[in-house]
Amino acid sequence: MSRLGNLGARLYRGEVGYDFVGKRKIWYGISILITITAIVGLAVRGLNMGIEFSGGAVFNSPPTSVSATQAQQTAEDASGHPAVVQKLGNKTLRVQVSELTTEQSRKTQEALAKKLAVPVDKINTDIVGPSWGDQIANKAWTGLAVFMILVVIYLAIAFEWRMAVAALIALIHDLTITVGVYALVGFEVTPGTVIGLLTILGYSLYDTVVVFDGLKESAKDITKQTRFTYSEIANRSLNGTLVRSINTTVVALLPVAGLLFIGGGFLGAGMLNDISLALFVGLAAGAYSSIFIATPLVADLKERDPQMKALAKRVRARRAADAAKDGSGDAAGSADAAGEDEDEDVQDAAAGVVGQRGQGAGRSRGRGGRPSGKRR
Amino acid sequence: MAAPKKGRRSPGGQGRPGRVLALILIAMVALTGGMFASGHTTPRLGIDLAGGTSFTLEAKNQPGRPNAINATNMNTAVGIIERRVNGLGVTESEVQTQGDNHIIVNIPKGTDAKQARQQVGTTAQLGFRPVLTATAGVKTPEPAPGATGDKDKGDKAKQDEKTGEKNKGDKSTGATTKPSGSPSPTASASPQGRPVTDALKADKDDATPGASASASAKADGKKDEKKAPTPTPAPGDAAALQKKLDALDCSTKEGRAKANEAAAGAAPTDMIVACRKDGQVKEILGPVAVEGTNVSDASAVFDTQQGKGWLVQLKFDSTGAKKFAQVTGQLATKQSPQNQFAIVLDGEVVSDPSVTSSIGGGQAEISGGFTQQSASELANVLSYGALPLSFDVVTETTVTAALGGEQLRAGLIAGAIGLALVIVYLVAYYRGLALVALASLAVSAILTYTIMVLLGPAIGFALNLPAVCGAIVAIGITADSFIVYFERIRDEIREGRTLRPAVERGWPRARRTILVSDFVSFLAAAVLFIVTVGKVQGFAFTLGLTTLLDVVVVFLFTKPLMTVLARRKFFASGHPWSGLDPARLGVRPPLRASRRRSAPVDPKEA
Repeated sequence: MSRLGNLGARLYRGEVGYDFVGKRKIWYGISILITITAIVGLAVRGLNMGIEFSGGAVFNSPPTSVSATQAQQTAEDASGHPAVVQKLGNKTLRVQVSELTTEQSRKTQEALAKKLAVPVDKINTDIVGPSWGDQIANKAWTGLAVFMILVVIYLAIAFEWRMAVAALIALIHDLTITVGVYALVGFEVTPGTVIGLLTILGYSLYDTVVVFDGLKESAKDITKQTRFTYSEIANRSLNGTLVRSINTTVVALLPVAGLLFIGGGFLGAGMLNDISLALFVGLAAGAYSSIFIATPLVADLKERDPQMKALAKRVRARRAADAAKDGSGDAAGSADAAGEDEDEDVQDAAAGVVGQRGQGAGRSRGRGGRPSGKRR
Repeated sequence: MAAPKKGRRSPGGQGRPGRVLALILIAMVALTGGMFASGHTTPRLGIDLAGGTSFTLEAKNQPGRPNAINATNMNTAVGIIERRVNGLGVTESEVQTQGDNHIIVNIPKGTDAKQARQQVGTTAQLGFRPVLTATAGVKTPEPAPGATGDKDKGDKAKQDEKTGEKNKGDKSTGATTKPSGSPSPTASASPQGRPVTDALKADKDDATPGASASASAKADGKKDEKKAPTPTPAPGDAAALQKKLDALDCSTKEGRAKANEAAAGAAPTDMIVACRKDGQVKEILGPVAVEGTNVSDASAVFDTQQGKGWLVQLKFDSTGAKKFAQVTGQLATKQSPQNQFAIVLDGEVVSDPSVTSSIGGGQAEISGGFTQQSASELANVLSYGALPLSFDVVTETTVTAALGGEQLRAGLIAGAIGLALVIVYLVAYYRGLALVALASLAVSAILTYTIMVLLGPAIGFALNLPAVCGAIVAIGITADSFIVYFERIRDEIREGRTLRPAVERGWPRARRTILVSDFVSFLAAAVLFIVTVGKVQGFAFTLGLTTLLDVVVVFLFTKPLMTVLARRKFFASGHPWSGLDPARLGVRPPLRASRRRSAPVDPKEA
């Protein structure tokens, strides 16, 4: 544990760190790949919509000796539609018939009750009219749109528009991946799934906001210094809040994992399982995107800002100057900085000259970032 | 352990942690006390956890009535459906609107779902029936005395109400009608005031033929039921009806529900016994004289010219106008209560105005002592016949009590496992600090639980499976706030601060992060709650509630508790098990130097 604690400290001081921003192109690539896979999966396989969306009925019988085939026969005769029947572990039957009107569903329910020789109200029934699912879906879309608009406005006010845009992209990224997983694996989409998906909205952003908050703080006085570019500061701040991000994600995932375990393991199928599955995929994607996608995106957008361009230029100039000074052996010129700092600056500059805008920045930042107090 | 130095630095945030802690403890005790006082110690369970049947009805505009889907009509429909479902003898059913055009009907276990669905689905029947006998609403051991033609207003009404009360009180003794016989409970005594039907805008010339027509109808009425809407019952029938009337108990809700059901089941041509809505009067009613469908329009208006106050104006179609003129002409010649006609909805008398003259021309008004609300209610009932809208059953869910219990148990186990995992993780990572997190989670859990229990009776909140999921997911969200704060404190310690300043300096920054992220979370919940319907809404509600409570707990409990604990030696000295050991956090002496230098530039918190 102590090693982990030290890791947190070293991350905080920037002694160790991963160059998230510098290597962003790799992660963008990976994300684009995943997203395309998800979209292709969605296009090719489509979503397995549950009866709640297509209209139909699900019946769960009490434990019975009637076989699945018999029940299927009964259900198909009564409804005139193909029925899917599963015999569950505890000897109960799950009969699912899709694309039924409510009237047909009721007939099926009665026929099944007769077949199983139980009263109608002993059969768990879920009957959904065809129009209902459309409405649920429509309302979910409306909710999604309204929420996204509101959240972009809010984040634009609380932070800035670039962060809002980045957060939005990360959010869409998470949703696409989650939906893609559903399409590819063929999980059934139920209202529970929609609930889970919509909850990801809030949670994915929660994560992103935690990271952005740290970013905003570290970038507060950025124009007053010439040692680091925005990207470097972003990366540093990301590493600094890494422990926090990981902890919040793990702690958020643990209860969901509990739900998933119980929902999947004990009940076989149902609301608990549906919600937790969507949440689990979405939360994991959300944690990934807020670190690997959202912050690098902000950095990318920020670097296009004239002010930040100017800063990057100044940083480059200073590093070039430092390098020149270093080259001439004039080590005493840096009266304003501690010797230790100077050392690092030199290395920073060396790296910075080579690829400060690109891949090299991370390493330089990694070392340069340690004396956070001095920087300011 | 007073801390004057700290107090000077940020006096507001930490000055009196004890008081804040006491405040939230008092709030908890108050909520728990409230919970026990309210008599509910468990949250109301939804259908999917308790078992039962739930329908979702979708409103549809009736042909020829576009734009009928609005809040007023939906509420009227809810009222009507509720009455019908309760008419089945169901005790804890609930009917509520959801979204703009949906009504949820929840019927607890042990009810015949099929019967309930029929009740919910059918269109109610509205009809005008002449009153043959009226008597006080309680069970009568012997025939009630004929009601006298009482035409007095105000006082009588009051007196009558009193009698009604008395009757209710005396119900057990049974012999109540005799003493209360003299003030007759006619329409004039209804709490709605004294509805009387006047000829309105009706040309006298028009009215006269109507009257004569009714008179002739009356002549052969005794033989021909079809022509005459107000036949006197045949002797045998009369006795049977009288017996039924005697047996009728309108003073209790159950009795009324039973009576309504029986009366609603009767054919329009039958004579029925029915209760008035307020339960004070029961009546024998003739066959339906005018069908509710013959009413073309009804509205509540405020009469300023004649000072009648609120009244209900009625318009009939041509058939209805003819029939109405006929029946009113007939009724006008009779004595009270037989000059009254009853407006019967689903077997219940919603109003029984008396008639003073024949009303032709297809227009009428009912006046007397209406409030705006009662007038609009009556107008609604009249103009829409029954349900102002037609409804389709779009979802139906039946959950057996066994499955409901299983799902509840699974939810609780899942919650316990999730909580245990979170606790293990927190303890492993944060050591002593985990105690703070656990205490905060406990406070949050107590607050959530008590509020959920109290919301049951208060706003009809019912805990369903998605809500349970929401609560479990919320464990993570709540714990996240603590992590944000703890990491902030650790960051400050890594900067070289001792615990007490670290706790105070870390707070403003953590606070902002927590507020911003909780706001986003709450926004999601709020949007979901407003936009969506059904199960999603239950989930959104829980999530929103727990997010709010998270903020409350972090501000009023976690932070003050940290402040208090920072004064304890165990934490302040950075005991290895406190989770705040500077050495473990990687603090190195040289950093102190850098800290001093950086201090002036550090952001000053508000």
